[in-house]
Amino acid sequence: MTATVEQVTTEGPAEPLRRDRRPRRSPLARREDRAGWAFVAPWVIGFLIFTAGPMIASLVLSFTDYQMIQAPRAVGLENYRELFDDPRVLKALSNTFVYAAMFVPLGTIFALVLAMMLQRVGRAGGFFRTAFYLPEMTPGVAAAAMFLLLLNGQQGLVNKVLGWIGINGPNWTADPAWLKPSLAMVSLWTLGGTVVIYLAALNGVPKQLYEAAELDGAGQFTQFFRITVPMISGALFFTVITNTIAAMQMFDQAYTMFYGPQQKAAASEESLVYMVYLFQNAFQFFKMGFASAMAWLLFVIILLITFLQVRIGNRYVYYHGER
Amino acid sequence: MTISPRRLPFLLFLTAATFAFVYPLVWLVSASLKPRSQVFDNRLIPAVFQPENYVRVWEAAPVMRWLVNSLTVGFMAAAAVTLSSAVVAFGFAYFRFRGRNLLFGVLLSTMMLPGAVTMIPVYLIWNQLGMIDTQIPLWAQNLFGSAFYVFLLRQFFLGIPRELFEAARVDGCGYFGMFRRIAFPLCKPALVIVFVFEFKASWSDLMKPLIYLQTPDYFTMPRGLKQIIDAFALSGHYEWEIAIAASVIAVVPMIVLFAFGQRYILDGVATTAQKG
Repeated sequence: MTATVEQVTTEGPAEPLRRDRRPRRSPLARREDRAGWAFVAPWVIGFLIFTAGPMIASLVLSFTDYQMIQAPRAVGLENYRELFDDPRVLKALSNTFVYAAMFVPLGTIFALVLAMMLQRVGRAGGFFRTAFYLPEMTPGVAAAAMFLLLLNGQQGLVNKVLGWIGINGPNWTADPAWLKPSLAMVSLWTLGGTVVIYLAALNGVPKQLYEAAELDGAGQFTQFFRITVPMISGALFFTVITNTIAAMQMFDQAYTMFYGPQQKAAASEESLVYMVYLFQNAFQFFKMGFASAMAWLLFVIILLITFLQVRIGNRYVYYHGER
Repeated sequence: MTISPRRLPFLLFLTAATFAFVYPLVWLVSASLKPRSQVFDNRLIPAVFQPENYVRVWEAAPVMRWLVNSLTVGFMAAAAVTLSSAVVAFGFAYFRFRGRNLLFGVLLSTMMLPGAVTMIPVYLIWNQLGMIDTQIPLWAQNLFGSAFYVFLLRQFFLGIPRELFEAARVDGCGYFGMFRRIAFPLCKPALVIVFVFEFKASWSDLMKPLIYLQTPDYFTMPRGLKQIIDAFALSGHYEWEIAIAASVIAVVPMIVLFAFGQRYILDGVATTAQKG
Protein backbone atom coordinates (compact mmCIF):
# COMPACT_ATOMS: atom_id res chain seq x y z
CA MET A 1 0.00 0.00 0.00
CA THR A 2 1.75 3.10 -1.22
CA ALA A 3 -0.47 5.38 0.85
CA THR A 4 0.68 3.75 4.04
CA VAL A 5 4.31 3.98 3.08
CA GLU A 6 4.17 7.68 2.24
CA GLN A 7 2.24 8.64 5.34
CA VAL A 8 4.47 6.59 7.54
CA THR A 9 7.60 8.22 6.16
CA THR A 10 6.28 11.77 6.42
CA GLU A 11 4.48 11.59 9.74
CA GLY A 12 6.67 9.16 11.61
CA PRO A 13 6.22 5.52 12.39
CA ALA A 14 3.96 6.09 15.42
CA GLU A 15 1.23 7.64 13.30
CA PRO A 16 -1.32 5.09 12.04
CA LEU A 17 -2.99 5.30 8.64
CA ARG A 18 -5.53 8.09 9.00
CA ARG A 19 -6.75 8.92 5.52
CA ASP A 20 -10.40 9.06 6.64
CA ARG A 21 -9.96 11.32 9.65
CA ARG A 22 -11.08 14.87 9.18
CA PRO A 23 -8.67 17.51 10.51
CA ARG A 24 -5.49 17.05 8.48
CA ARG A 25 -5.87 15.85 4.92
CA SER A 26 -2.60 15.00 3.31
CA PRO A 27 -1.92 16.16 -0.24
CA LEU A 28 -2.43 12.54 -1.24
CA ALA A 29 -5.90 12.48 0.30
CA ARG A 30 -6.79 15.69 -1.46
CA ARG A 31 -5.55 14.23 -4.72
CA GLU A 32 -7.78 11.24 -4.08
CA ASP A 33 -10.72 13.58 -3.42
CA ARG A 34 -10.21 15.23 -6.76
CA ALA A 35 -9.75 11.96 -8.62
CA GLY A 36 -12.84 10.44 -7.00
CA TRP A 37 -14.98 13.39 -7.94
CA ALA A 38 -13.59 13.34 -11.47
CA PHE A 39 -14.66 9.73 -11.90
CA VAL A 40 -18.16 10.21 -10.52
CA ALA A 41 -18.58 13.55 -12.29
CA PRO A 42 -20.52 12.12 -15.26
CA TRP A 43 -23.18 10.79 -12.96
CA VAL A 44 -23.27 13.97 -10.83
CA ILE A 45 -23.73 16.10 -13.95
CA GLY A 46 -26.39 13.75 -15.31
CA PHE A 47 -28.12 13.71 -11.95
CA LEU A 48 -28.31 17.51 -11.86
CA ILE A 49 -29.50 17.85 -15.48
CA PHE A 50 -31.79 14.84 -15.82
CA THR A 51 -32.96 14.07 -12.27
CA ALA A 52 -32.64 16.84 -9.69
CA GLY A 53 -33.42 19.69 -12.07
CA PRO A 54 -36.39 17.97 -13.67
CA MET A 55 -37.72 16.95 -10.23
CA ILE A 56 -37.81 20.59 -9.16
CA ALA A 57 -39.21 21.65 -12.53
CA SER A 58 -41.88 18.97 -12.37
CA LEU A 59 -42.88 20.05 -8.87
CA VAL A 60 -43.12 23.67 -9.98
CA LEU A 61 -45.06 22.70 -13.12
CA SER A 62 -47.51 20.74 -11.02
CA PHE A 63 -48.71 24.06 -9.56
CA THR A 64 -49.23 25.58 -13.00
CA ASP A 65 -51.42 25.33 -16.02
CA TYR A 66 -49.06 24.60 -18.89
CA GLN A 67 -50.27 23.63 -22.34
CA MET A 68 -46.93 24.35 -24.07
CA ILE A 69 -48.46 27.06 -26.27
CA GLN A 70 -48.16 29.78 -23.66
CA ALA A 71 -45.90 30.20 -20.66
CA PRO A 72 -46.94 28.24 -17.54
CA ARG A 73 -49.59 30.03 -15.48
CA ALA A 74 -49.59 29.53 -11.72
CA VAL A 75 -52.80 27.95 -10.49
CA GLY A 76 -51.87 26.99 -6.93
CA LEU A 77 -53.31 23.70 -5.83
CA GLU A 78 -55.80 23.55 -8.67
CA ASN A 79 -54.17 20.51 -10.35
CA TYR A 80 -54.08 18.61 -7.10
CA ARG A 81 -57.72 19.39 -6.44
CA GLU A 82 -58.53 18.19 -9.95
CA LEU A 83 -56.68 14.93 -9.25
CA PHE A 84 -59.27 13.97 -6.71
CA ASP A 85 -62.19 15.33 -8.72
CA ASP A 86 -61.29 13.58 -11.95
CA PRO A 87 -63.09 10.23 -11.93
CA ARG A 88 -60.65 8.90 -14.52
CA VAL A 89 -57.67 9.51 -12.23
CA LEU A 90 -59.37 7.56 -9.48
CA LYS A 91 -60.42 4.85 -11.93
CA ALA A 92 -56.88 4.60 -13.31
CA LEU A 93 -55.52 4.41 -9.79
CA SER A 94 -57.89 1.67 -8.72
CA ASN A 95 -57.27 -0.27 -11.96
CA THR A 96 -53.54 -0.07 -11.31
CA PHE A 97 -53.96 -1.30 -7.74
CA VAL A 98 -56.18 -4.17 -8.85
CA TYR A 99 -53.67 -5.17 -11.53
CA ALA A 100 -50.77 -4.98 -9.06
CA ALA A 101 -52.75 -6.90 -6.44
CA MET A 102 -53.23 -9.70 -8.98
CA PHE A 103 -49.78 -9.72 -10.49
CA VAL A 104 -47.48 -9.29 -7.49
CA PRO A 105 -48.80 -12.04 -5.15
CA LEU A 106 -49.61 -14.47 -7.98
CA GLY A 107 -46.25 -13.80 -9.59
CA THR A 108 -44.38 -14.35 -6.33
CA ILE A 109 -46.13 -17.65 -5.67
CA PHE A 110 -45.82 -18.93 -9.25
CA ALA A 111 -42.18 -18.00 -9.47
CA LEU A 112 -41.40 -19.58 -6.12
CA VAL A 113 -43.18 -22.83 -7.00
CA LEU A 114 -41.38 -22.99 -10.35
CA ALA A 115 -38.00 -22.21 -8.80
CA MET A 116 -38.47 -24.93 -6.15
CA MET A 117 -39.38 -27.41 -8.87
CA LEU A 118 -36.31 -26.44 -10.88
CA GLN A 119 -34.13 -26.98 -7.86
CA ARG A 120 -35.49 -30.46 -7.29
CA VAL A 121 -34.76 -31.72 -10.78
CA GLY A 122 -31.11 -30.91 -10.30
CA ARG A 123 -28.98 -30.47 -13.39
CA ALA A 124 -31.94 -30.52 -15.79
CA GLY A 125 -32.99 -27.29 -14.04
CA GLY A 126 -30.62 -25.38 -16.29
CA PHE A 127 -32.66 -26.24 -19.36
CA PHE A 128 -35.94 -25.19 -17.74
CA ARG A 129 -34.39 -22.02 -16.39
CA THR A 130 -33.53 -21.04 -19.96
CA ALA A 131 -37.02 -21.89 -21.17
CA PHE A 132 -38.69 -19.84 -18.44
CA TYR A 133 -36.53 -16.82 -19.09
CA LEU A 134 -37.06 -16.81 -22.85
CA PRO A 135 -40.30 -14.73 -22.77
CA GLU A 136 -38.46 -11.97 -20.91
CA MET A 137 -36.56 -11.30 -24.12
CA THR A 138 -39.81 -10.50 -25.93
CA PRO A 139 -40.44 -6.75 -26.29
CA GLY A 140 -43.59 -5.71 -24.41
CA VAL A 141 -45.34 -4.57 -27.59
CA ALA A 142 -44.76 -7.90 -29.32
CA ALA A 143 -45.88 -9.83 -26.22
CA ALA A 144 -49.03 -7.70 -26.01
CA ALA A 145 -49.81 -8.13 -29.71
CA MET A 146 -49.36 -11.87 -29.35
CA PHE A 147 -51.58 -12.09 -26.29
CA LEU A 148 -54.34 -10.15 -28.04
CA LEU A 149 -54.57 -13.23 -30.27
CA LEU A 150 -53.88 -15.88 -27.65
CA LEU A 151 -56.61 -14.40 -25.43
CA ASN A 152 -59.11 -14.02 -28.25
CA GLY A 153 -62.46 -15.04 -26.80
CA GLN A 154 -63.69 -17.22 -29.65
CA GLN A 155 -60.60 -18.75 -31.15
CA GLY A 156 -57.69 -17.88 -28.87
CA LEU A 157 -55.33 -20.60 -27.72
CA VAL A 158 -55.88 -19.87 -24.01
CA ASN A 159 -59.60 -20.55 -24.25
CA LYS A 160 -58.99 -23.62 -26.39
CA VAL A 161 -56.74 -25.08 -23.71
CA LEU A 162 -59.28 -24.15 -21.03
CA GLY A 163 -61.90 -25.90 -23.19
CA TRP A 164 -59.98 -29.18 -23.03
CA ILE A 165 -60.44 -29.23 -19.27
CA GLY A 166 -64.09 -28.25 -19.57
CA ILE A 167 -63.81 -24.55 -18.75
CA ASN A 168 -65.67 -22.07 -20.88
CA GLY A 169 -63.14 -19.25 -21.07
CA PRO A 170 -64.19 -15.60 -20.90
CA ASN A 171 -63.91 -13.03 -23.63
CA TRP A 172 -60.59 -11.85 -22.18
CA THR A 173 -59.78 -8.77 -24.23
CA ALA A 174 -63.33 -7.51 -24.79
CA ASP A 175 -65.24 -8.24 -21.58
CA PRO A 176 -64.56 -5.26 -19.24
CA ALA A 177 -64.33 -7.58 -16.22
CA TRP A 178 -61.45 -9.52 -17.76
CA LEU A 179 -59.22 -6.74 -19.07
CA LYS A 180 -57.08 -6.51 -15.94
CA PRO A 181 -56.66 -10.28 -15.62
CA SER A 182 -55.57 -10.21 -19.28
CA LEU A 183 -52.91 -7.62 -18.49
CA ALA A 184 -51.78 -9.63 -15.46
CA MET A 185 -51.54 -12.72 -17.66
CA VAL A 186 -49.09 -11.03 -20.03
CA SER A 187 -47.00 -9.96 -17.03
CA LEU A 188 -47.04 -13.45 -15.56
CA TRP A 189 -45.78 -14.82 -18.84
CA THR A 190 -42.71 -12.60 -18.58
CA LEU A 191 -41.88 -13.66 -15.05
CA GLY A 192 -38.72 -15.62 -15.80
CA GLY A 193 -36.38 -13.13 -14.17
CA THR A 194 -38.04 -13.63 -10.80
CA VAL A 195 -37.79 -17.41 -11.19
CA VAL A 196 -34.06 -17.13 -11.94
CA ILE A 197 -33.53 -14.91 -8.88
CA TYR A 198 -35.41 -17.33 -6.60
CA LEU A 199 -33.51 -20.31 -7.99
CA ALA A 200 -30.19 -18.63 -7.19
CA ALA A 201 -31.43 -17.83 -3.68
CA LEU A 202 -32.64 -21.41 -3.14
CA ASN A 203 -29.28 -22.78 -4.27
CA GLY A 204 -27.66 -20.62 -1.61
CA VAL A 205 -29.51 -22.26 1.28
CA PRO A 206 -27.12 -24.64 3.12
CA LYS A 207 -28.18 -28.28 2.70
CA GLN A 208 -27.26 -29.08 6.31
CA LEU A 209 -30.20 -27.02 7.54
CA TYR A 210 -32.62 -29.39 5.84
CA GLU A 211 -30.70 -32.45 6.99
CA ALA A 212 -30.76 -31.24 10.58
CA ALA A 213 -34.46 -30.43 10.35
CA GLU A 214 -35.13 -33.87 8.91
CA LEU A 215 -33.34 -35.48 11.84
CA ASP A 216 -35.49 -33.45 14.18
CA GLY A 217 -38.52 -34.87 12.42
CA ALA A 218 -39.64 -31.68 10.70
CA GLY A 219 -42.05 -32.31 7.82
CA GLN A 220 -42.04 -30.72 4.37
CA PHE A 221 -44.32 -27.89 5.44
CA THR A 222 -42.31 -27.03 8.52
CA GLN A 223 -39.12 -27.10 6.48
CA PHE A 224 -40.63 -24.82 3.88
CA PHE A 225 -41.91 -22.20 6.29
CA ARG A 226 -39.13 -22.44 8.89
CA ILE A 227 -36.10 -22.84 6.62
CA THR A 228 -36.76 -22.12 2.95
CA VAL A 229 -38.84 -18.96 3.31
CA PRO A 230 -36.67 -17.28 5.95
CA MET A 231 -33.45 -18.18 4.15
CA ILE A 232 -34.58 -16.71 0.83
CA SER A 233 -36.57 -13.87 2.39
CA GLY A 234 -34.00 -11.37 1.09
CA ALA A 235 -34.69 -12.38 -2.52
CA LEU A 236 -38.46 -12.51 -1.91
CA PHE A 237 -38.34 -9.04 -0.41
CA PHE A 238 -36.27 -7.65 -3.28
CA THR A 239 -38.57 -9.03 -5.98
CA VAL A 240 -41.80 -8.06 -4.24
CA ILE A 241 -40.59 -4.47 -3.97
CA THR A 242 -39.24 -4.22 -7.53
CA ASN A 243 -42.26 -6.01 -9.03
CA THR A 244 -44.65 -3.72 -7.13
CA ILE A 245 -42.84 -0.60 -8.32
CA ALA A 246 -42.87 -1.94 -11.89
CA ALA A 247 -46.57 -2.89 -11.65
CA MET A 248 -47.50 0.60 -10.49
CA GLN A 249 -45.83 1.97 -13.64
CA MET A 250 -47.13 -0.61 -16.12
CA PHE A 251 -47.63 0.96 -19.53
CA ASP A 252 -46.53 -1.04 -22.57
CA GLN A 253 -49.04 -3.90 -22.43
CA ALA A 254 -52.06 -1.76 -21.59
CA TYR A 255 -51.22 0.88 -24.17
CA THR A 256 -50.50 -1.65 -26.93
CA MET A 257 -53.56 -3.77 -26.28
CA PHE A 258 -56.21 -1.18 -25.54
CA TYR A 259 -55.03 2.31 -26.50
CA GLY A 260 -53.91 4.34 -29.41
CA PRO A 261 -56.20 5.46 -32.20
CA GLN A 262 -58.31 2.32 -31.94
CA GLN A 263 -59.31 2.63 -28.31
CA LYS A 264 -62.76 1.32 -27.61
CA ALA A 265 -64.80 3.44 -25.26
CA ALA A 266 -66.24 0.51 -23.33
CA ALA A 267 -62.94 -1.22 -22.87
CA SER A 268 -60.86 1.80 -22.05
CA GLU A 269 -62.36 2.60 -18.64
CA GLU A 270 -61.49 -0.80 -17.20
CA SER A 271 -58.06 -1.06 -18.78
CA LEU A 272 -57.01 2.52 -18.06
CA VAL A 273 -53.89 2.14 -15.91
CA TYR A 274 -52.28 5.14 -14.26
CA MET A 275 -49.29 5.56 -16.58
CA VAL A 276 -51.52 5.39 -19.65
CA TYR A 277 -53.70 8.22 -18.35
CA LEU A 278 -50.65 10.22 -17.31
CA PHE A 279 -49.12 9.71 -20.77
CA GLN A 280 -52.37 10.78 -22.45
CA ASN A 281 -52.60 13.92 -20.33
CA ALA A 282 -49.01 14.89 -20.99
CA PHE A 283 -48.50 13.99 -24.63
CA GLN A 284 -51.95 13.79 -26.18
CA PHE A 285 -53.88 16.51 -24.31
CA PHE A 286 -50.68 18.47 -23.52
CA LYS A 287 -51.85 19.17 -19.98
CA MET A 288 -48.27 19.29 -18.70
CA GLY A 289 -49.12 20.82 -15.33
CA PHE A 290 -51.83 18.33 -14.53
CA ALA A 291 -49.68 15.41 -15.73
CA SER A 292 -46.87 16.62 -13.46
CA ALA A 293 -49.24 16.59 -10.51
CA MET A 294 -50.25 13.05 -11.50
CA ALA A 295 -46.57 12.07 -11.55
CA TRP A 296 -46.03 13.42 -8.04
CA LEU A 297 -49.10 11.60 -6.75
CA LEU A 298 -47.69 8.39 -8.23
CA PHE A 299 -44.32 9.09 -6.63
CA VAL A 300 -45.89 9.62 -3.20
CA ILE A 301 -47.96 6.44 -3.56
CA ILE A 302 -44.92 4.37 -4.58
CA LEU A 303 -42.93 5.86 -1.68
CA LEU A 304 -45.68 4.97 0.77
CA ILE A 305 -46.07 1.42 -0.51
CA THR A 306 -42.31 0.83 -0.53
CA PHE A 307 -41.96 2.32 2.95
CA LEU A 308 -44.72 0.04 4.20
CA GLN A 309 -43.12 -2.99 2.55
CA VAL A 310 -39.74 -2.15 4.05
CA ARG A 311 -41.30 -1.71 7.50
CA ILE A 312 -43.04 -5.08 7.25
CA GLY A 313 -40.03 -6.64 5.54
CA ASN A 314 -37.53 -5.61 8.18
CA ARG A 315 -39.48 -7.59 10.72
CA TYR A 316 -39.26 -10.79 8.70
CA VAL A 317 -36.34 -10.59 6.34
CA TYR A 318 -33.34 -12.60 7.40
CA TYR A 319 -29.97 -11.76 5.94
CA HIS A 320 -27.24 -14.28 6.35
CA GLY A 321 -23.85 -12.80 6.71
CA GLU A 322 -23.23 -9.53 8.48
CA ARG A 323 -25.49 -6.62 7.73
CA MET B 1 -30.90 -39.27 -16.72
CA THR B 2 -32.86 -41.81 -14.75
CA ILE B 3 -36.33 -40.74 -13.74
CA SER B 4 -37.31 -41.91 -10.31
CA PRO B 5 -41.03 -42.12 -9.50
CA ARG B 6 -40.52 -39.38 -6.95
CA ARG B 7 -39.31 -37.00 -9.61
CA LEU B 8 -41.91 -37.86 -12.23
CA PRO B 9 -44.63 -35.44 -11.01
CA PHE B 10 -42.11 -32.61 -10.89
CA LEU B 11 -40.97 -33.30 -14.41
CA LEU B 12 -44.55 -33.43 -15.65
CA PHE B 13 -45.35 -30.14 -13.97
CA LEU B 14 -42.20 -28.53 -15.31
CA THR B 15 -42.92 -29.77 -18.79
CA ALA B 16 -46.37 -28.21 -18.62
CA ALA B 17 -44.87 -24.94 -17.36
CA THR B 18 -42.23 -24.98 -20.09
CA PHE B 19 -45.01 -25.48 -22.59
CA ALA B 20 -46.83 -22.44 -21.22
CA PHE B 21 -43.71 -20.28 -21.42
CA VAL B 22 -42.28 -21.41 -24.75
CA TYR B 23 -45.30 -22.46 -26.78
CA PRO B 24 -46.69 -18.93 -27.37
CA LEU B 25 -43.45 -18.01 -29.14
CA VAL B 26 -43.55 -21.19 -31.23
CA TRP B 27 -47.19 -20.48 -32.01
CA LEU B 28 -46.28 -16.94 -33.05
CA VAL B 29 -43.70 -18.13 -35.56
CA SER B 30 -46.08 -20.76 -36.89
CA ALA B 31 -48.97 -18.27 -37.20
CA SER B 32 -46.73 -15.82 -39.03
CA LEU B 33 -46.47 -18.34 -41.87
CA LYS B 34 -50.21 -18.97 -42.22
CA PRO B 35 -52.88 -17.26 -44.30
CA ARG B 36 -55.21 -15.01 -42.29
CA SER B 37 -58.08 -17.47 -42.31
CA GLN B 38 -55.92 -20.10 -40.64
CA VAL B 39 -54.16 -18.04 -38.00
CA PHE B 40 -56.31 -19.60 -35.32
CA ASP B 41 -56.21 -23.21 -36.45
CA ASN B 42 -54.51 -25.69 -34.16
CA ARG B 43 -51.81 -26.82 -36.52
CA LEU B 44 -48.22 -26.16 -35.56
CA ILE B 45 -47.10 -26.90 -39.13
CA PRO B 46 -49.19 -24.60 -41.33
CA ALA B 47 -51.52 -26.42 -43.74
CA VAL B 48 -50.82 -23.69 -46.26
CA PHE B 49 -47.44 -21.97 -46.04
CA GLN B 50 -47.65 -18.27 -46.64
CA PRO B 51 -44.18 -16.79 -46.16
CA GLU B 52 -45.41 -13.89 -48.29
CA ASN B 53 -46.64 -12.40 -45.00
CA TYR B 54 -43.09 -11.24 -44.45
CA VAL B 55 -42.87 -9.78 -47.91
CA ARG B 56 -46.10 -7.91 -47.25
CA VAL B 57 -44.75 -6.48 -43.97
CA TRP B 58 -41.75 -5.29 -45.94
CA GLU B 59 -44.03 -3.61 -48.47
CA ALA B 60 -46.47 -2.20 -45.92
CA ALA B 61 -43.94 -0.61 -43.60
CA PRO B 62 -40.27 0.42 -43.52
CA VAL B 63 -39.41 -2.56 -41.33
CA MET B 64 -35.81 -2.71 -42.46
CA ARG B 65 -35.35 0.92 -41.39
CA TRP B 66 -36.97 0.18 -38.05
CA LEU B 67 -34.64 -2.75 -37.49
CA VAL B 68 -31.60 -0.65 -38.31
CA ASN B 69 -32.93 2.14 -36.06
CA SER B 70 -33.46 -0.26 -33.16
CA LEU B 71 -29.99 -1.71 -33.62
CA THR B 72 -28.40 1.74 -33.77
CA VAL B 73 -30.29 3.15 -30.81
CA GLY B 74 -29.77 -0.05 -28.83
CA PHE B 75 -26.05 -0.06 -29.51
CA MET B 76 -25.62 3.62 -28.65
CA ALA B 77 -27.71 3.30 -25.49
CA ALA B 78 -25.90 0.17 -24.33
CA ALA B 79 -22.38 1.35 -25.17
CA ALA B 80 -22.96 4.76 -23.57
CA VAL B 81 -24.40 3.38 -20.37
CA THR B 82 -21.77 0.65 -20.02
CA LEU B 83 -18.81 3.00 -20.39
CA SER B 84 -20.16 5.83 -18.27
CA SER B 85 -21.54 3.58 -15.53
CA ALA B 86 -18.21 1.74 -15.34
CA VAL B 87 -16.25 4.99 -14.91
CA VAL B 88 -18.64 6.20 -12.20
CA ALA B 89 -18.75 2.81 -10.49
CA PHE B 90 -14.96 2.75 -10.36
CA GLY B 91 -15.05 6.19 -8.75
CA PHE B 92 -17.38 4.95 -6.03
CA ALA B 93 -15.55 1.65 -5.57
CA TYR B 94 -11.93 2.74 -5.43
CA PHE B 95 -11.68 6.29 -4.11
CA ARG B 96 -12.45 7.41 -0.59
CA PHE B 97 -13.32 10.97 -1.41
CA ARG B 98 -15.21 13.46 0.67
CA GLY B 99 -18.94 13.24 0.20
CA ARG B 100 -18.76 9.75 -1.25
CA ASN B 101 -21.24 8.11 1.11
CA LEU B 102 -23.74 10.92 0.80
CA LEU B 103 -23.45 10.88 -2.99
CA PHE B 104 -23.80 7.11 -3.14
CA GLY B 105 -26.90 7.31 -0.94
CA VAL B 106 -28.41 9.83 -3.36
CA LEU B 107 -27.55 7.54 -6.27
CA LEU B 108 -29.25 4.57 -4.63
CA SER B 109 -32.36 6.56 -3.79
CA THR B 110 -32.77 7.67 -7.43
CA MET B 111 -33.43 4.03 -8.31
CA MET B 112 -36.81 4.30 -6.60
CA LEU B 113 -37.85 7.43 -8.45
CA PRO B 114 -40.61 6.70 -10.96
CA GLY B 115 -39.68 7.82 -14.46
CA ALA B 116 -42.92 9.79 -14.66
CA VAL B 117 -41.60 12.46 -12.30
CA THR B 118 -38.76 13.52 -14.58
CA MET B 119 -40.40 12.55 -17.88
CA ILE B 120 -42.12 15.85 -18.66
CA PRO B 121 -39.30 18.30 -17.83
CA VAL B 122 -36.80 16.06 -19.64
CA TYR B 123 -39.11 16.17 -22.66
CA LEU B 124 -39.18 19.95 -22.39
CA ILE B 125 -35.36 20.05 -22.29
CA TRP B 126 -35.06 18.02 -25.51
CA ASN B 127 -37.81 20.11 -27.02
CA GLN B 128 -35.87 23.27 -26.14
CA LEU B 129 -32.78 21.78 -27.77
CA GLY B 130 -34.74 21.02 -30.92
CA MET B 131 -34.16 17.30 -30.57
CA ILE B 132 -37.77 16.17 -30.87
CA ASP B 133 -38.22 13.71 -33.71
CA THR B 134 -34.58 12.69 -33.57
CA GLN B 135 -33.23 9.55 -31.96
CA ILE B 136 -30.80 11.40 -29.72
CA PRO B 137 -33.14 11.59 -26.67
CA LEU B 138 -33.48 7.80 -26.84
CA TRP B 139 -29.86 7.24 -25.81
CA ALA B 140 -27.98 10.45 -24.99
CA GLN B 141 -29.01 10.44 -21.33
CA ASN B 142 -27.15 7.15 -20.99
CA LEU B 143 -23.85 9.01 -21.36
CA PHE B 144 -24.23 10.03 -17.72
CA GLY B 145 -24.47 6.54 -16.29
CA SER B 146 -27.44 4.84 -14.72
CA ALA B 147 -27.86 4.30 -10.98
CA PHE B 148 -28.69 0.61 -11.16
CA TYR B 149 -25.72 -0.26 -13.35
CA VAL B 150 -23.36 1.91 -11.29
CA PHE B 151 -24.50 0.01 -8.23
CA LEU B 152 -24.08 -3.37 -9.95
CA LEU B 153 -20.64 -2.60 -11.38
CA ARG B 154 -19.41 -1.10 -8.11
CA GLN B 155 -20.09 -4.45 -6.45
CA PHE B 156 -17.92 -6.13 -9.05
CA PHE B 157 -15.11 -3.58 -8.76
CA LEU B 158 -15.12 -3.99 -4.99
CA GLY B 159 -14.35 -7.66 -5.58
CA ILE B 160 -11.00 -6.86 -7.22
CA PRO B 161 -8.17 -7.18 -4.68
CA ARG B 162 -6.90 -3.71 -3.80
CA GLU B 163 -3.32 -4.93 -3.96
CA LEU B 164 -3.61 -5.14 -7.74
CA PHE B 165 -4.26 -1.41 -7.93
CA GLU B 166 -1.56 -0.58 -5.40
CA ALA B 167 0.92 -2.62 -7.41
CA ALA B 168 -0.03 -0.69 -10.53
CA ARG B 169 0.42 2.57 -8.63
CA VAL B 170 3.92 1.53 -7.67
CA ASP B 171 4.62 0.84 -11.31
CA GLY B 172 3.60 4.39 -12.12
CA CYS B 173 0.10 3.81 -13.33
CA GLY B 174 -2.28 6.78 -13.06
CA TYR B 175 -5.85 6.63 -11.79
CA PHE B 176 -7.35 6.41 -15.24
CA GLY B 177 -4.79 3.81 -16.22
CA MET B 178 -5.86 1.68 -13.26
CA PHE B 179 -9.42 1.86 -14.47
CA ARG B 180 -8.60 1.16 -18.08
CA ARG B 181 -5.90 -1.47 -17.61
CA ILE B 182 -7.08 -3.31 -14.50
CA ALA B 183 -10.67 -2.67 -13.42
CA PHE B 184 -12.21 -2.57 -16.88
CA PRO B 185 -10.67 -5.79 -18.28
CA LEU B 186 -11.23 -7.71 -15.05
CA CYS B 187 -14.93 -6.88 -15.02
CA LYS B 188 -15.64 -7.88 -18.60
CA PRO B 189 -18.37 -10.39 -17.68
CA ALA B 190 -20.19 -7.74 -15.63
CA LEU B 191 -19.80 -5.20 -18.42
CA VAL B 192 -21.29 -7.66 -20.89
CA ILE B 193 -24.25 -8.10 -18.54
CA VAL B 194 -24.80 -4.35 -18.38
CA PHE B 195 -24.50 -4.00 -22.16
CA VAL B 196 -26.95 -6.82 -22.83
CA PHE B 197 -29.45 -5.63 -20.20
CA GLU B 198 -29.48 -2.12 -21.59
CA PHE B 199 -29.61 -3.28 -25.20
CA LYS B 200 -32.63 -5.41 -24.35
CA ALA B 201 -34.27 -2.55 -22.42
CA SER B 202 -33.69 -0.19 -25.32
CA TRP B 203 -34.95 -2.73 -27.86
CA SER B 204 -38.19 -3.21 -25.90
CA ASP B 205 -38.89 0.39 -25.00
CA LEU B 206 -42.15 1.84 -26.25
CA MET B 207 -42.63 4.96 -24.12
CA LYS B 208 -39.63 7.02 -25.29
CA PRO B 209 -40.17 6.38 -29.02
CA LEU B 210 -43.84 7.29 -28.50
CA ILE B 211 -42.87 10.56 -26.83
CA TYR B 212 -39.98 11.62 -29.04
CA LEU B 213 -40.56 10.21 -32.53
CA GLN B 214 -43.11 11.33 -35.09
CA THR B 215 -41.64 10.44 -38.47
CA PRO B 216 -42.21 6.75 -39.21
CA ASP B 217 -38.76 6.50 -40.80
CA TYR B 218 -37.18 7.19 -37.40
CA PHE B 219 -39.28 4.63 -35.50
CA THR B 220 -37.76 1.79 -33.57
CA MET B 221 -39.20 -1.72 -33.95
CA PRO B 222 -41.69 -1.60 -31.02
CA ARG B 223 -42.94 1.83 -32.07
CA GLY B 224 -43.33 0.57 -35.62
CA LEU B 225 -45.12 -2.55 -34.47
CA LYS B 226 -47.55 -0.43 -32.49
CA GLN B 227 -48.11 1.62 -35.64
CA ILE B 228 -48.95 -1.53 -37.61
CA ILE B 229 -51.41 -2.70 -34.96
CA ASP B 230 -53.04 0.74 -34.86
CA ALA B 231 -53.30 0.94 -38.63
CA PHE B 232 -55.24 -2.30 -38.83
CA ALA B 233 -57.41 -1.38 -35.89
CA LEU B 234 -58.28 1.90 -37.58
CA SER B 235 -59.06 0.34 -40.93
CA GLY B 236 -61.44 -2.06 -39.18
CA HIS B 237 -60.25 -5.25 -40.81
CA TYR B 238 -57.50 -6.89 -38.90
CA GLU B 239 -54.69 -8.11 -41.08
CA TRP B 240 -53.34 -10.08 -38.18
CA GLU B 241 -50.96 -12.19 -40.21
CA ILE B 242 -48.95 -9.04 -40.92
CA ALA B 243 -48.93 -7.87 -37.30
CA ILE B 244 -47.81 -11.36 -36.33
CA ALA B 245 -45.01 -11.43 -38.87
CA ALA B 246 -43.89 -7.98 -37.66
CA SER B 247 -43.94 -9.24 -34.07
CA VAL B 248 -41.70 -12.14 -35.07
CA ILE B 249 -39.30 -9.66 -36.67
CA ALA B 250 -39.23 -7.68 -33.39
CA VAL B 251 -38.63 -10.79 -31.27
CA VAL B 252 -36.09 -12.78 -33.28
CA PRO B 253 -33.06 -10.50 -32.76
CA MET B 254 -33.62 -10.74 -29.00
CA ILE B 255 -33.85 -14.52 -29.16
CA VAL B 256 -30.59 -14.63 -31.11
CA LEU B 257 -28.98 -12.37 -28.53
CA PHE B 258 -30.24 -14.66 -25.79
CA ALA B 259 -28.97 -17.75 -27.58
CA PHE B 260 -25.46 -16.32 -27.61
CA GLY B 261 -25.46 -14.58 -24.25
CA GLN B 262 -27.57 -17.08 -22.32
CA ARG B 263 -25.13 -17.88 -19.54
CA TYR B 264 -24.16 -14.26 -19.05
CA ILE B 265 -27.75 -13.10 -19.01
CA LEU B 266 -29.11 -15.74 -16.64
CA ASP B 267 -26.19 -15.52 -14.23
CA GLY B 268 -26.44 -11.74 -14.42
CA VAL B 269 -30.12 -11.80 -13.49
CA ALA B 270 -29.34 -14.18 -10.64
CA THR B 271 -26.65 -11.90 -9.23
CA THR B 272 -28.65 -8.68 -9.42
CA ALA B 273 -30.76 -9.69 -6.44
CA GLN B 274 -27.89 -11.30 -4.55
CA LYS B 275 -25.73 -8.21 -4.85
CA GLY B 276 -28.55 -6.12 -3.48
